Amino acid sequence: MIGARALRLEDPVLLRGAGRYAADTYHAGELHMRVVRSPVAHGRVRSVDVADALRLDGVVAAWSYDDVADLPAIGFRLTPREELLPYRQPVLARRVVRYVGEPVAVVFATSAYLAEDAAERVVVEIDQLPAHVDPDADPVAWVDAEQATWAAGLGTPLPEQDSEATRFVTEYGDVEAAFATGAGRIIELDAVIGRHTGVPMECRGLVARYVEADQELVIDGAAKVPFWNRDAIADLTGLTPSQVVVRETHVGGGFGPRGELYPEDVLVALAAMRLRAPVKWIEDRQEHLLATNHSRGQHHRLRALVEEDGFIRALDASFTLDQGAYVRTHGATVGSLTSSMLPGPYVIPHFRVEAHVRLTHKTPHGTYRSPGRYEGTFARERLVDKIAAELGLGREQVRRRNFIAVEDMPYERPIQAMGTSMVHDSGDYRLLLDKMSERYDFPGIRAEVAARRAAGEAVGFGFGYFVEKSGIGPVEGARISVDTRGRVSVTCGASSVGQGVDTVLAQVAAETLGIPHDEVRVVRGRTDRFGYGRGAFATRLSVMAGSAVANAAAALRDKAVRVAAHELKVSVEELELADGAVRLVSDPGTRLSLAEIARLLEPVRAVEIKEDPGLDADGWFRSDHMTYPYGLHAAVVRLDAGTGQTVVERYLVGYDVGRALNPTLVEGQIAGGVAQGLGGALYEEFRYADDGTPLCTTFMDYLIPTAHEVPPIEILITEDAPSPINPLGVKGAGEGGVTAVAAAIASAVDDALQRPGAITSVPIRPQAVHDLAARVTGSRPPADAATG
Amino acid sequence: MSQTVPIRLYVNGDRHDIEIEPRRTLADALRDDCGLTGTHLGCEHGVCGACTILVDGKPVRACLMFAVQAEGTSIRTVEGLAPDDQQLHPVQRAFWEKHGLQCGFCTPGFLMLVAGQLEEKPDTDEEEMRDVLSSNLCRCTGYQNILKASMAAAEEMSG
Repeated sequence: MIGARALRLEDPVLLRGAGRYAADTYHAGELHMRVVRSPVAHGRVRSVDVADALRLDGVVAAWSYDDVADLPAIGFRLTPREELLPYRQPVLARRVVRYVGEPVAVVFATSAYLAEDAAERVVVEIDQLPAHVDPDADPVAWVDAEQATWAAGLGTPLPEQDSEATRFVTEYGDVEAAFATGAGRIIELDAVIGRHTGVPMECRGLVARYVEADQELVIDGAAKVPFWNRDAIADLTGLTPSQVVVRETHVGGGFGPRGELYPEDVLVALAAMRLRAPVKWIEDRQEHLLATNHSRGQHHRLRALVEEDGFIRALDASFTLDQGAYVRTHGATVGSLTSSMLPGPYVIPHFRVEAHVRLTHKTPHGTYRSPGRYEGTFARERLVDKIAAELGLGREQVRRRNFIAVEDMPYERPIQAMGTSMVHDSGDYRLLLDKMSERYDFPGIRAEVAARRAAGEAVGFGFGYFVEKSGIGPVEGARISVDTRGRVSVTCGASSVGQGVDTVLAQVAAETLGIPHDEVRVVRGRTDRFGYGRGAFATRLSVMAGSAVANAAAALRDKAVRVAAHELKVSVEELELADGAVRLVSDPGTRLSLAEIARLLEPVRAVEIKEDPGLDADGWFRSDHMTYPYGLHAAVVRLDAGTGQTVVERYLVGYDVGRALNPTLVEGQIAGGVAQGLGGALYEEFRYADDGTPLCTTFMDYLIPTAHEVPPIEILITEDAPSPINPLGVKGAGEGGVTAVAAAIASAVDDALQRPGAITSVPIRPQAVHDLAARVTGSRPPADAATG
Repeated sequence: MSQTVPIRLYVNGDRHDIEIEPRRTLADALRDDCGLTGTHLGCEHGVCGACTILVDGKPVRACLMFAVQAEGTSIRTVEGLAPDDQQLHPVQRAFWEKHGLQCGFCTPGFLMLVAGQLEEKPDTDEEEMRDVLSSNLCRCTGYQNILKASMAAAEEMSG
């Protein structure tokens, strides 16, 4: 079953419209929450008056900061650098608002329509203050001493803090000394990645109710990290973790932003406790675009010391990250990952990068699929293209010159990534480039593109190479059980954000048990069904949960064989598990089905054969290191000089995932990632006016690619470098589709313009292409222009 | 503003007598008052198409219509697409076989969009289908498998 293009287990339910997403949970007597949000980017809150809202029939409660003043600021889940603590977000605005969309008050009413009516009656008076929206400008005063002390929650007074929340250096080798030798050429580059984010099709939502009879707070609609959120909510409500049940229902896309603990999640849980009624909150799309984590938004400055053959001797880099108004659950994750993943597939003996995480009066920032790598890959691959152009070398040639060699794997880079020491576990970077070049005939593409250019078309071919990371530990577990009718269930702490994890885990279990994958049921994402789960992020589940299921399946097989050996009065060596039964190797007709073995393990009989009752087994997988998949993106683009449109004609992806558990799903992950990457490369950006007013708050001004904008995506999955650090050899497939899109598209646009280094920022706007094309082609517009 | 009116909706052949505020959208009425939660709301301003249903056979954004406007029409939602509990509609089956969905949130809208198109024009070609599909948004799949599934369904429904 592993490696099969198995149909997804999830689909029949979803195709019938029988899924249960956050908004699909209903309770009698439920209250609907509506958040009143700041209309200005920065200001001092003079007053919040909820009296008029409360006068509406059916409005049950309305709160402002004073009503939740006993709650601390929201904590960090990842990369919790202490200097970031003063920048944490309160659940409701505390005296000052810092972005448009910041929760200022909240109302609860008997219907969603009524709650919106009531929210409009909340009168918020704010004295507007100047907005700080440019992270490249010098830092400004950000939080005063009182706010800093409160937000940090350390119990010790802190001074006022400025808008540079943290600055940290990641380095190895000796960059100073390398540059000081005076040998080699210095090549510099500026690269800007626009602010955009995941934007799942389902907005956020949560439904909570306190079940008096069970003394439990039950929360439906969670995603991504239900166990972490359970613990956080237990802390905030004064319940114990075992009294808080967090359940993932169906999740309409995750991509990083969805599922983190946000102010709204805390408010829903708190209201269910205080109001003793079911409380439902469903975000609308405008709120989503204002309130859910934004991402990207980085400005990189790279300075490379390069030898004449293109070898990068040293890289000295810095970047500013536009953090928005608060530091949320991710702490310094994005900046940290940008830094550690910046060298990518290249050796670069001397390396230093300085991260500047800076606050601005915009929506707070967090992770989005391939955080730090989309940004860093764009910057690094732009640099490599520029090196090739300046030295008169081929773009592929410079990459080959710098690759970490297959003989040097595993390759340790003496820095940390996500708190683990960074060891590229396996990889043959040249081989993938060779395979892609051969499969898709890169020389042929080049020749064709050149011929078309000679005929007047503005077409170009470009690419970007990258290393991803996946499978962050430290641990994941799973239990496999077989009921007395033979039905197999996998119960685990994994989460699904719609990526098909149930199918893949079922395939792993089915492989060992010798049964079809659709005879396995997967239960996950519920804190009352399994004890531990780290969550669905950082492309970790195929590696971590997959390996745990493999270990559990092996343990279950061992138990089944032991019991069968006892029953059949043979030795375990004489038995094998196949087709869902334990059978004699020498006489496959003598067999006991898993159902029969499960019946032998009913408690009374189990005691007699000295086994624990029930045909079930736990498996755990621990990992101290991440695994590093890698890939190449390549694009053919055509520019329309008349409109400035960039048309992506072909998009090619090569990706080595070590072992593809289900190639169809791997390809699906990659294709979806490419579409999102194209959004960031060409269309999507959260723009702001100088006063901090967001300009992209609907799908009419935040442009997600449609079926028209996404070309057929040609995908080559390779399995040349299985991971040596997990039993399946697998590396995650979740993020590699998105990582190098901006890099590849920019490279192709440069090529189309025949102007290396022309593109230094994404998204690449039609205006920029139009202006550049006019400059390049002078009075002779490309042939396309005539046809519009 | 909380004055309600009685209305009668015909959805998937069933009659629903409901009492709603005139301002209630058709999408909310289907979900909250008729219990048909397969129709999803992704933007509530008519762009994403997750709430696409068929009204008198034509694809419609249920978030852009008031429920009271739907009186006297014949409504079909994703719950009414499959002939029974055992079988799927050809479009549903094609989406399954071609991996045309991941998170599944946009899927009911796409299914209704494609079903409506193919019922009206079974010989829709690929270019036209791409045009049709571009009216809805999907964030997971990159659309290519949705297009493949739609064309596979077209082949089956026209053959």
